[in-house]
Amino acid sequence: MGSYFKLTGILVNIPSLLAVQPKSKKTLAKSGVKNIVVVEGVRIPFLQSGYCLHGANSVCFHLLCRGLLNRTSVPRDVVDYIVYGTVIQEVKTSNVAREAALGAGFSDKTPAHTVTMACISSNQAMTTGVGMIAAGQCDVVVAGGVELMSDVPIRHSRKMRKTMLTLNRAKTLGQKLSLISKIRPDYFAPELPAVAEFSTSETMGHSADRLAAAFGISRLEQDEYALRSHTLAKKAQDGGLLLDVVPFKVPGKDTVTKDNGIRPSSMEQMGKLKPAFVKPYGTVTAANSSFLTDGASAVLLMSEEKALAMGYKPKAYLRDFVYVSQDPKDQLLLGPTYATPKVLEKAGLTMADIDVFEFHEAFAGQILANLKAMDSDWFAQNCMGRKSKVGAPPLEKFNNWGGSLSLGHPFAATGCRLVITAAHRLKKEGGQYGLVAACAAGGQVMMLHGLALFPLERGSNYISAPVSTMKSSPVTPGVGAPLKSRGTGCL
Amino acid sequence: MLAVISPRPLLFRVSVKLFYVSSFSFLKSTEHKLITRFCLFPARSHVSCDIKGDVAVVRFNTPNSKVNTLSRQLSSEFTDVMNEIWANEAVKSAVLISSKPGSFIAGADIDMIEACKTSQEVTQLSQEGQKMLEKIEQSPKPVVAAISGSCLGGGLEVGLPAAFDMMLTGRNIRADRAKKMGLVDQLVDPLGPGMKAPEARTIEYLEEVAIGFARGLANRTVSAKRSKGLIQSKSLCFSGMYYAMALPFVRRQVYKTVENKVQKQTKGLYPAPLKIIEVVKTGLDQGHDAGYLIESQSFGQLAVTKEAKALIGLYHGQVLCKKNKFGTPQREVKTLAVLGAGLMGAGIAQVSVDKGLKTILKDTAQQGLDRGQQQVFKGLNSKVKKKSLTSFERDSILSNLTGQLDYKGFEKADMVIEAVFEDINIKHKVLKEVEAVIPAHCIFASNTSALPISQIAAVSKRPEKVIGMHYFSPVDRMQLLEIITTDKTSQDTAASAVAVGLKQGKVVIVVKDGPGFYTTRCLGPMLAEVVRVLQEGIDPKKIDAISTAFGFPVGAATLIDEVGVDVATHVAEDLGKAFGERFGGGSIELFKLMVEKGFLGRKAGKGFYVYQEGVKNRSLNSGMDEILARFKVPAKPEVCTDEDIQMRLVTRFVNEAAMCLQEGILSNPVEGDIGAVFGLGFPPCLGGPFRYADSYGAKQLVDKLRKYEAVYGSQFTPCQLLLDYANSPSKKFHQ
Repeated sequence: MGSYFKLTGILVNIPSLLAVQPKSKKTLAKSGVKNIVVVEGVRIPFLQSGYCLHGANSVCFHLLCRGLLNRTSVPRDVVDYIVYGTVIQEVKTSNVAREAALGAGFSDKTPAHTVTMACISSNQAMTTGVGMIAAGQCDVVVAGGVELMSDVPIRHSRKMRKTMLTLNRAKTLGQKLSLISKIRPDYFAPELPAVAEFSTSETMGHSADRLAAAFGISRLEQDEYALRSHTLAKKAQDGGLLLDVVPFKVPGKDTVTKDNGIRPSSMEQMGKLKPAFVKPYGTVTAANSSFLTDGASAVLLMSEEKALAMGYKPKAYLRDFVYVSQDPKDQLLLGPTYATPKVLEKAGLTMADIDVFEFHEAFAGQILANLKAMDSDWFAQNCMGRKSKVGAPPLEKFNNWGGSLSLGHPFAATGCRLVITAAHRLKKEGGQYGLVAACAAGGQVMMLHGLALFPLERGSNYISAPVSTMKSSPVTPGVGAPLKSRGTGCL
Repeated sequence: MLAVISPRPLLFRVSVKLFYVSSFSFLKSTEHKLITRFCLFPARSHVSCDIKGDVAVVRFNTPNSKVNTLSRQLSSEFTDVMNEIWANEAVKSAVLISSKPGSFIAGADIDMIEACKTSQEVTQLSQEGQKMLEKIEQSPKPVVAAISGSCLGGGLEVGLPAAFDMMLTGRNIRADRAKKMGLVDQLVDPLGPGMKAPEARTIEYLEEVAIGFARGLANRTVSAKRSKGLIQSKSLCFSGMYYAMALPFVRRQVYKTVENKVQKQTKGLYPAPLKIIEVVKTGLDQGHDAGYLIESQSFGQLAVTKEAKALIGLYHGQVLCKKNKFGTPQREVKTLAVLGAGLMGAGIAQVSVDKGLKTILKDTAQQGLDRGQQQVFKGLNSKVKKKSLTSFERDSILSNLTGQLDYKGFEKADMVIEAVFEDINIKHKVLKEVEAVIPAHCIFASNTSALPISQIAAVSKRPEKVIGMHYFSPVDRMQLLEIITTDKTSQDTAASAVAVGLKQGKVVIVVKDGPGFYTTRCLGPMLAEVVRVLQEGIDPKKIDAISTAFGFPVGAATLIDEVGVDVATHVAEDLGKAFGERFGGGSIELFKLMVEKGFLGRKAGKGFYVYQEGVKNRSLNSGMDEILARFKVPAKPEVCTDEDIQMRLVTRFVNEAAMCLQEGILSNPVEGDIGAVFGLGFPPCLGGPFRYADSYGAKQLVDKLRKYEAVYGSQFTPCQLLLDYANSPSKKFHQ
């Protein structure tokens, strides 16, 4: 297991991969648009929240970046830009990307910025990178995301904050004392980060339960799906398929080498659990939901020319992506249904063309609801304004190496995991096109005049990013030669 | 124990208010021997029954109606169905549910109660209901009520103090609150779209969950023990109360406190609340049976009182005034512009924007605009504080409100409502300005309380698009909207104005144009009389006490302060010019002097009273002493008893209302009653001026008028219509 680090560890697995003959359908390359490739992707093992990570976000991420740099041997000063996603922000490191980049030993000349978009923050990081490369701004971008649910910032109450800030401005001792004397015991009650949707005050689990009910999805179906996720993840883990995982030395503790949330259970065991949100008759339980997770992930994106010039053999092309948003109350988690037909149409593909589906599993009920919605003409006609349904992805191509339910879901780190898993599966299974989708919470807001908040974009955002193509030999022999010396990729 | 849940119909509430619970509650169950009898369920029109496994699902569905009401037919079918369920061995439990999304059972059928000739008949109805629900309460098989929408409170008359308030005021309760109070056991949240329409799937889901519970109760996997709610001693405070209520002397003290409170609020004008206390008292002191008996008897008695008739009349009137008699307008109003961000303008903007209308609020000065926008924010924010709105919803509502100083965007407005200063020249100026920028289909509505609309429309290029929309202050709380049509106003313009009013949640009356229209015109003579009474040396507090004792929700002097002395002066002058002597009585100079001194009423902080932020017991404005002294006239002792003063005020009101009907300003007495009660606070227990004329007697009214006429002259001369009714005793305004 320790051989993840070494190149040989990867190479050992390659022959079996090469045995599969890849399909070769049309290319999705667009004339006039640069081809953008994923050179490599890594993540630290996803760990159940509270397990062992107590370091700062930035520490975690810079260790991961070192992992990425090590694995790719990419010279640090080649990286033009770093984009990095996080959801629950640490106040001290508001541009955590920059802090992490410096800590990881990237050149201090490499700019870095942080993005946030709930559960699709690292998707946002990647598409930001894609945009920058496509626009000709850079050639090499590191994109990623990190989430540490073990250590979230907890604030003083609003009243206390106000008093403390006023105290800063108080000039005389008398003024200070009078302010201090106004502090009451209730001022000390801390304010935890909101777990509920801002616009509706509904927790996501509650929303998922209502969604499952709206689509008539039973508890049994949800448990079965969750069990499938855990079983497949276990199989993938045991089979050494989760190549993106790099060992992680927890500061002050041992090195962790694998995801620790994978626990295939039995239907009986799962059936015993009580509903976690809608009590006592709901169907969403702890076992069929994704759990709070610590983790980080990153990908190295390059323009194809640059990658080839540097002698890398890319893992995948990033082709198209689309973000959609809809009603945050009743369709909070239905994004994939809306986005899938859109991105397929954009790429000129049909559902049948896709070989690998990697969808973020927030809740088993949510995945099943999306599958049903995609397969429902009523939904397509009444909610999406389409003539007919797009059809559900076949389950045998769907999240075959586990998903967020079993591997865990560090909010801002899931997106990169989906993309790199899709790339690895395409290779392993000999597919050509992959489709990645994730749903996320929230609407975006903008402050105006301090009077009120005006929603600009409502609803759950969703990204279907990207349609990736994997070609068996994208490199010409001549360019391919230096690959050996670089020693990464899939040779 | 006190807290037995008795799911009796709330028949004894006279004003048939609905209370809203979108959730379900399950009733108690006890094990019992079953009688074996199988039967097929015959076809029924109001209640149907499905057997799903071992659970019977009983569905209420009053045909051809938006809501289910407890009618004779529904009750008897329900009784039959329940008897069959109890007799059917294969059925282990039952679920009660409505087939109508949004309405479980809205309450007793008012028509059914109205049709009863005697109190005994009503008592009998009530007893039948009690019996049925008592049987359900003691049902050997668990019965789960799955409630979505308006519902009369099964288990409402829980004999505990926390429930008093609700029983007495009949207010609406949200589902989450009902759960907290322990009225319902579980809540089911409405679902979004799935593979069918959300409403349909929600009802289906509610049924599924209820069936699960019913089954669980029957096979004892779910505990029938009601989760403890507020009423049943969740918090320490209530728990103390709960045990204390078991002690007779504590109980007596509680009764006394509640009675005093009720007496203070109702002034003894409404018999129902006191009866309710009596019923609860009997139930607690002498047991259930005595409680049930007196409940049904009291209900019978109350149902035939004149107060009940008045309130039922208002209910019907309100239903009528919630319909658009002009039909659907050609174009729906989507963008509304309000001119003037004063109290009225901002109020109109508030009730529009929170109903989803895109609203432009325009003023001429930044300061005024800021104040108006702040008023809208404050109005919505108070809903956030009461938790009927989330802060997010507030912000998202506010995003549809645009405050501005210019006419930008008016080219997209479907309707403009002006609420600028009450001056015909300003109104003309504004009308011309607006007509230059609005599209051809746009309606111009004037919110004026007295200026005739035809006069305003005189400078319009398109008088068919001009209409009056008279709102009442505070707009977000006053239910009435008086719409005024001129001879030139088109039907479609009227239809559009009514549609907007209804959308804003208003009860709408439509009257003909004329000085003061209907409401202001009725109020005019009464306020003139108030001034005369003041001049005769009665102080404002006394006038307030006398008028509220008659049933007016706001005292007459306070009313002037609320309306604004300057506005009152304006109106009085205008109406005085139009109607002459009949609108005389008090001296208008008194008002003018008040205006001069800045005593403009509440808005200025001083009027008859002094208004201070945060001070509840306002005191008389001492600055008024001098003014009142200056205008003092000798009182006429023969017409100065409290009752005479009340009647002087009310008869002038009623006489003017009758004259509006006589002149065709009003098209019917129903709108007259609704306008007076909802717009001017005419005592609801009297049902409005016309119903009051019926119940008091037109002849008796005319006699009173003649008596005062002899003292004061033509201001009290009864109008012809009233005389006609007085001359033929069988003639009634309301048949």
